[in-house]
Amino acid sequence: MPGTVQSIERAAAVLRLLAAAPDGLGVADLGNALGLAKTTVHGILRTLHQVGFVEQDHSGAHYHLSDAFGRLGESYLDPNELRSRAINWADSLASRSGEVVRVGRLVEGKVEVVHHVFRPDDSDQDLDVGTTLPPHATALGKAVLAYDTSARPRSLEAYTTRTITDPVQLGEELATVRSRGWATEFEEHTVELASIAAPIRGLGGLVVGAVGLAGRIERICDSRLRHRGDLVTMVRATADAIARDLRDDT
Amino acid sequence: MAEQYVAAVDQGTNSSRCILFDRRGRLVSVAQREHRQLFPRPGWVEHDAEEIWRNVARVVPAAIRQIGAAPSQVVAIGITNQRETSLLWDRRTGQPIGHAVVWQDTRTDRLVTELAGDEGADRFADLCGLPLTTYFSAPRIKWMLDHTPGLRQRAERGEVLFGTMETWLIWNFTGGPNGQARHVTDVTNASRTMLMNIETLDWDDKLLEAFDVPRAILPEIRPSSGVFATATEVLPGVRIGAALGDQQAALFGQTCFSAGEAKCTYGTGSFLLLHTGQEIVRSKHGMLTTVAYQIGDQPASYALEGSMAVTGSLVQWFRDGLGMIHTAAEIETLARTVEDNGGAYIVPAFSGLFAPHWRSEARGVIAGLTGYITKGHLARAVLEATGFQTLEVVDAMNADSGIALTALKVDGGMTANNLLMQFIADLLDVRVVRPMVTETVSLGAAYAAGLAVGYWPDLEGLRSNWHRAGQWMPHMDPARRATEYANWQAAVQRTFNWIRPEDQDL
Ligand SMILES: Nc1ncnc2c1ncn2[C@@H]1O[C@H](COP(=O)(O)OP(=O)(O)OP(=O)(O)O)[C@@H](O)[C@H]1O
Ligand SMILES: [Mg+2]
Repeated sequence: MPGTVQSIERAAAVLRLLAAAPDGLGVADLGNALGLAKTTVHGILRTLHQVGFVEQDHSGAHYHLSDAFGRLGESYLDPNELRSRAINWADSLASRSGEVVRVGRLVEGKVEVVHHVFRPDDSDQDLDVGTTLPPHATALGKAVLAYDTSARPRSLEAYTTRTITDPVQLGEELATVRSRGWATEFEEHTVELASIAAPIRGLGGLVVGAVGLAGRIERICDSRLRHRGDLVTMVRATADAIARDLRDDT
Repeated sequence: MAEQYVAAVDQGTNSSRCILFDRRGRLVSVAQREHRQLFPRPGWVEHDAEEIWRNVARVVPAAIRQIGAAPSQVVAIGITNQRETSLLWDRRTGQPIGHAVVWQDTRTDRLVTELAGDEGADRFADLCGLPLTTYFSAPRIKWMLDHTPGLRQRAERGEVLFGTMETWLIWNFTGGPNGQARHVTDVTNASRTMLMNIETLDWDDKLLEAFDVPRAILPEIRPSSGVFATATEVLPGVRIGAALGDQQAALFGQTCFSAGEAKCTYGTGSFLLLHTGQEIVRSKHGMLTTVAYQIGDQPASYALEGSMAVTGSLVQWFRDGLGMIHTAAEIETLARTVEDNGGAYIVPAFSGLFAPHWRSEARGVIAGLTGYITKGHLARAVLEATGFQTLEVVDAMNADSGIALTALKVDGGMTANNLLMQFIADLLDVRVVRPMVTETVSLGAAYAAGLAVGYWPDLEGLRSNWHRAGQWMPHMDPARRATEYANWQAAVQRTFNWIRPEDQDL
């Protein structure tokens, strides 16, 4: 049987003490209370700060529980923050691939478009940030749905004859997404279009959204109608770059 | 052969970044470090120049490491920087003499009023294209020389060097106090000092005399794009191919290479620049005349500039000063909790008002405050302040150029804010267009450096890299636009004459 994780026990103790101290506590207070070295406490606090469970007061001397700690069920990453972090990398993906790029996240069973980069051909296109897409019929959707632990969408609406409408088949598809780490779609939402997406993992591996590209079949797929490997690599590298940005500092 | 890149070093007000670009002008990696903002007294803003150099020396290798490249894959360094921020240092030891005094600093407000005297703030505008305000370097240099005992004598003996940030960085990239270092600036940065003659592009004796600045401390002025030196530190052997002020770099990065092309960069402050070709246009409506760039030995290009001092920094104040949000981007979420500004307007005259008013004595107001106003309304008012300031500048620019802007090219960190971009499109009643690279400041520095070393052949090639990444179309009711603008203008009036002459002798 695996043992328990000491640093989590200590973090839990820090959280209990902070929860009981409305005015907040300093590193020394916590160290004394728990019999831990200052550097240990400091590391725990920094991590808790990074994941958004504790906050520092203006002077930086005192820590207290963040109000987000009481609302853990809600999304922890602001969608506008996700866009700010993704923008450089999404642009780069669009200009490398020559395709439309979107960043999305799951909201109440739908994929909300958080960021949209035009196909770089200077043709007329409209921003669709804020609109929603069906998760079972898009690569962007599958890439977030595969890691979602709440209930699967029950009624799977058909958009084309290729849309996956059978929950069992969707379950298998999502298992494939998990094992490969990326998602695809082929004419499942719109005829003649295909898409590729990868999940964006925040701290602790939590999937906070996905980034993907979409375009005409002949550009997204090879002659055997398989999604092009070079595009898959680009999409995954983009998701990793955004994730690195998110983890670096929050 | 291994892929080659150009490294842009963007030494900004809040952070220093290194960004690598490939031959198609695509961003490949970014490393960034913030430095401390020092506020020793109200109105004073300083930076520690050694901290900045340390940060630059760290972010450059970090950006290269990020993609597993070798330093030899970098063909050139392009430097771009916060403008007007001024530093003096000891030529022999390389030690800064005090902190760098930042462009937002207002300690020279009394000095500036004295210098303006009866002739008014525009007394040097013919020579340098700029009004006398606390914004530019020359009053700041005079202040530093006057307020440090013995410094003026040392400066006259040639023991002291002056530089804006690009000068400090190039001096350090080329060895610093080892005796071989290059003490150079470029025409765009020099055009912000008030010491350079805008026509001859050389230091002007009349201006040096007026500000009491010894010529011995000044760097050599060079074209913006052209090899400045070969680095001996950080990236030994790599050529420094360009230096430009950040706003001029953004104009270049947006490929506004022809007269009539304009862009607005939304960062800490926001700056709208209109390329005027090789013609020096004098504004009658509060725009600055500035050098846009100079490529090698070609004639310089000029620009009209509308500078807004406080835009992104108002969002930062809302976050850090008021603690209303945790991250800058969250302001959009908060602003969307309400339908409109509820009648509230924030005029962020933190260091006076810049373009088109140029009122050093103005200070900020929140107007239209009632019990109805929530933090959501204030969040809207914060964002809208950037929109209204843009409209004022665009109006003034249109009046100067005689041609109405038909679309606005934008870039910078605030362009990630869709609510703001839509508001700007609505207010200006024109399309707002974002290019594929929002880090256009860095892209411009990379372009200028890459041109200098032959990585890119010409401007036309660069133009073809520009693509539209996003666009916001106007659809605000004209009557509403007129009312909102009138309200804003009424709020602006209320910021004037806040600092009275007798308050100024601190
Ligand atoms: N989503 C957003 N909404 C509103 N403001 C934002 C958003 N993201 C960033 N900002 C603001 O934009 C500014 C950062 O943008 P950017 O990095 O382009 O600035 P900058 O002027 O280049 O920085 P520096 O001063 O270091 O040069 C900050 O002032 C921040 O408050
Ligand atoms: Mg900047």
